[in-house]
Amino acid sequence: MSPAIFYALVGVGLFCLGLYALIVHAHLLRKILAINVMGSGAFLVLAALAKRTANAAPDPVPHAMVITGIVVAVSATAFALMLMSKVAAETGQAELPDRRSE
Amino acid sequence: MEALTLLQWTFDSLIGLGLMWLAWRALASPQLFRAVVLFVAFGLLMALAWVRLDAPDIALAEVAIGAGLTGALLLAALARLTTAEKAHNEADQSGKRNHAVRTSRWFPAALLLMVAAGLAYSVLSIPPSSAGLSVEVAANLDISGVSNPVTAVLLNFRGYDTLLEILVLLLALLGVWSLGGSPSQRAAPAGPVLDTLARVLTPVLILLAAYFLWVGAHAPGGAFQAGAVLGAAGVLLLLAGWRPHPGFMQLPLRLVLVAGPGLFLVTALFTVVMGRHLLEYPPERARILIVILETAEALSIGTTLAALFRGERPQEKERQ
Repeated sequence: MSPAIFYALVGVGLFCLGLYALIVHAHLLRKILAINVMGSGAFLVLAALAKRTANAAPDPVPHAMVITGIVVAVSATAFALMLMSKVAAETGQAELPDRRSE
Repeated sequence: MEALTLLQWTFDSLIGLGLMWLAWRALASPQLFRAVVLFVAFGLLMALAWVRLDAPDIALAEVAIGAGLTGALLLAALARLTTAEKAHNEADQSGKRNHAVRTSRWFPAALLLMVAAGLAYSVLSIPPSSAGLSVEVAANLDISGVSNPVTAVLLNFRGYDTLLEILVLLLALLGVWSLGGSPSQRAAPAGPVLDTLARVLTPVLILLAAYFLWVGAHAPGGAFQAGAVLGAAGVLLLLAGWRPHPGFMQLPLRLVLVAGPGLFLVTALFTVVMGRHLLEYPPERARILIVILETAEALSIGTTLAALFRGERPQEKERQ
């Protein structure tokens, strides 16, 4: 196994970890963190696969896509955080209601 | 040679396991503040991973945006959240919260293990070596106007990605503004340390942004990194209590915000009208076009990021 494949597998792990947290946590801030971790995992897979060939310059196209992705991720995060603040100001808590308790 | 390989593998394993552990702790730790701080640390470790993957351009963007600005945004949101919860608790004492998560965690965990296995299988089953598009990029690098392949892809070969991406950034700011911004935050007076730090660091950050902008043509750097550093300078100034001149908050601010996307759109239209493909620059003008576009873009990205951090929509001029 080459280091690139190792990092790609770490990326897969991060993606799944983030997805798991996104499902089980009710708090919105944690869901936003989880989506960011998922994004980091996907970026890691992209950049790792760009460097599959050993001792060669990595493919610049995925690198450019990851940089674009990081900027899109931060803008989406800012918007999501503002939505969360609105929910908290409205209901006093930033958690999704538990359907079974209603 | 053997010892070096072993050392590199140790380093890679530490980064990989550290990433997984930090992500797990950030997502599972009971305190939100700790979760956010761990997430920032996660971003910094990601930057090391990018360096190990020979992606210094991404490492720069990750440190400035992924760890720095996202961390600042998260902490600011957390502060607003605490205020909102406190205000609500005072108004409504009887409100019993249900914090317990009673969802079964085994079912999603089992499902996600299957997803992980499937993804890992597909990663392992792709061809072990592939040059991707690097051959094409290298072949056309001469006519791109720059010698850093990542900048060539971002600003020339796949310029439409970048165009759409700065439009997304603008859209996010419009979304934040149209939500009415945040309830007015308590403006804490800056202590002497923060005040001095902001005064010393801001000129350095502006210089650094200009350097990134210029060096991006032939070395790691570019408009995104420069914009992120400018945004960080803006966040630092906002934290230190500095507020832009009210006159700037009207039309000039909006002009700076749309300078990057606007100039990009005009260039795109112009190339189409000239009978070329969308954003296909004439090779002899490519260098100067990229420099102009990157400058406008860095200014817009930096201002947008700082405005996203502030959150509040600038007040319209009062009509009296």
